[in-house]
Amino acid sequence: MTDRGYTPTEMMIIAAARALAGVRTVFVGVGMPNVACNLARLTVAPELELVYESGVYGARPARLPLSIGDPTLVTGATSVVSMADLFGLYLQGGHIDVAFLGGAQVDRFGNLNTTVIGDYTHPRVRLPGSGGAAEIAINARRVFHLLRLSRRSFVERLDFVTSPGHVPRSGGGLSPKGGGPEVVVTDMALFDFDNTDREMQLASLHPGVTADQVHAEVGWALRATKQVAETRSPSEHELRLLREELDPTGLYRH
Amino acid sequence: MDKRASMREAVADYVKDGDSVAIEGFTAFICFAAGHEIIRQGRRDLTLIRMTPDALYDQMIAAGAARKLIFSYLGNPGVGPLHCIRRAVEHGVPRPLELEEYSHYGMVGRYLAAATGLPFYPLRSYEGTDLPRATPGIRFVDDPYGGGRVAVVPPLRPDVAIVHGQRADIEGNTHLWGLLGAQKEVAFAAAKVVVVVEELVTGEVIRSDPNRTLIPGLVVDAVVIEPFGAHPSYVQGYYDRDNAFYLEWDRISRDEATTTGWLEEWVLGLPDRAAYVAKLGDRTWDRLRPDPAVAAPIDYGAYR
Repeated sequence: MTDRGYTPTEMMIIAAARALAGVRTVFVGVGMPNVACNLARLTVAPELELVYESGVYGARPARLPLSIGDPTLVTGATSVVSMADLFGLYLQGGHIDVAFLGGAQVDRFGNLNTTVIGDYTHPRVRLPGSGGAAEIAINARRVFHLLRLSRRSFVERLDFVTSPGHVPRSGGGLSPKGGGPEVVVTDMALFDFDNTDREMQLASLHPGVTADQVHAEVGWALRATKQVAETRSPSEHELRLLREELDPTGLYRH
Repeated sequence: MDKRASMREAVADYVKDGDSVAIEGFTAFICFAAGHEIIRQGRRDLTLIRMTPDALYDQMIAAGAARKLIFSYLGNPGVGPLHCIRRAVEHGVPRPLELEEYSHYGMVGRYLAAATGLPFYPLRSYEGTDLPRATPGIRFVDDPYGGGRVAVVPPLRPDVAIVHGQRADIEGNTHLWGLLGAQKEVAFAAAKVVVVVEELVTGEVIRSDPNRTLIPGLVVDAVVIEPFGAHPSYVQGYYDRDNAFYLEWDRISRDEATTTGWLEEWVLGLPDRAAYVAKLGDRTWDRLRPDPAVAAPIDYGAYR
């Protein structure tokens, strides 16, 4: 806990929840995205339907699920379908407004690596791989990244591209359904891609964080931006919902 | 035809050294009872197939049962990495492990291609990624109708699929509800199918709710009745996922010696699943029992 009365992780979750204002369907991952989506449903996006790659549409979890396959996601959901239907009809069919993705590495165009650190055939660290991320990044209408800001993660060059960001298409491919990465939510700042190169740029600094601190954690020279806002501090209401209803064990309060 | 078999018989009959084996189930329905019996019978050189290898394949790979893994997400769901698989990949311990990886929809598509007799399955994925470079099976073809380039994946036909569900009759007509994963698709894709269920029911019960029969006896070779056979995974409405075990496995599996010790105590040192269930004890099963949440009844109607 900082002297501000909330942690950088709590700020990150609350900022992610706010980014979902007005959204109807969101593809949820476990951990922080799950908490952020549930917080959004209680605040800025009451109509939000939680979609899990495990096959759940319209989840109403009665407890904080440890995994995206938790049985609490099934009971009381609007619909539970096979993964063929979830990926085919819901995702590829174009019904997912926003998807949260994270990864071990991200580059300036929002490409993500969740596969290996080091060489693919002789990896220094073997990471989980794609899961659904490769097709989620391509088919969700909007993609929000959620990851902690650090020089280890925000790199000049990825060791492996698992899910695509704003890459120049080699041409001839089916045009992607979605618009690609739109926001990068971190524990220190928010980034967007609102420029002609679709390159990551600083959009807002969380209270107490300086631009220099952010630049020091990014592994490439961030492009200059005219105006950098300050992220609004968490409100009492947001913090109370987060702590009392969504994170009662204090997993994110450190 | 009565296809009932014990787990020991089913594994002896349908899983041979060198086979490709898919024990599917997405977080739910993961048949640990089958994986443990495969370890006990000392199978070697298996190609293990699962979208999410989970703690089960971590255990089987630690036991030296596999030479290759085909998958789409290599993690202990909600917890972290799978340490035994990482040891095999990064250090060749206890033996090297070949990896072949797709994405989730790519794996589903591979099952669907095999199940429906198609030479490949097209999907909107992989453009702009390094996956086609890592996995030669991921290719691109031109849409013959002029829409552009589309990714395709090849059929995946496991020698045997082991599929867990809630209940079946003696012919293998199987009811499933909850997270369906790719249970139906892998059952239709595989050359041989073993279904494992919590409960044996009559054909009448199955026919009372035909929409729930995801897997017909038509494609099933053996039926194993194995209560609690999915623990520490779960079966919707029967028992909860044992999240405490998945967290514990993260600790056990970090070290090769504690992993081996666990396999000795909980797999090799036990004769069968019933002994595992008894060893876990009533306190565990009480902890994992959900309260009921019964669906509203539906009426199919009687048309005479």
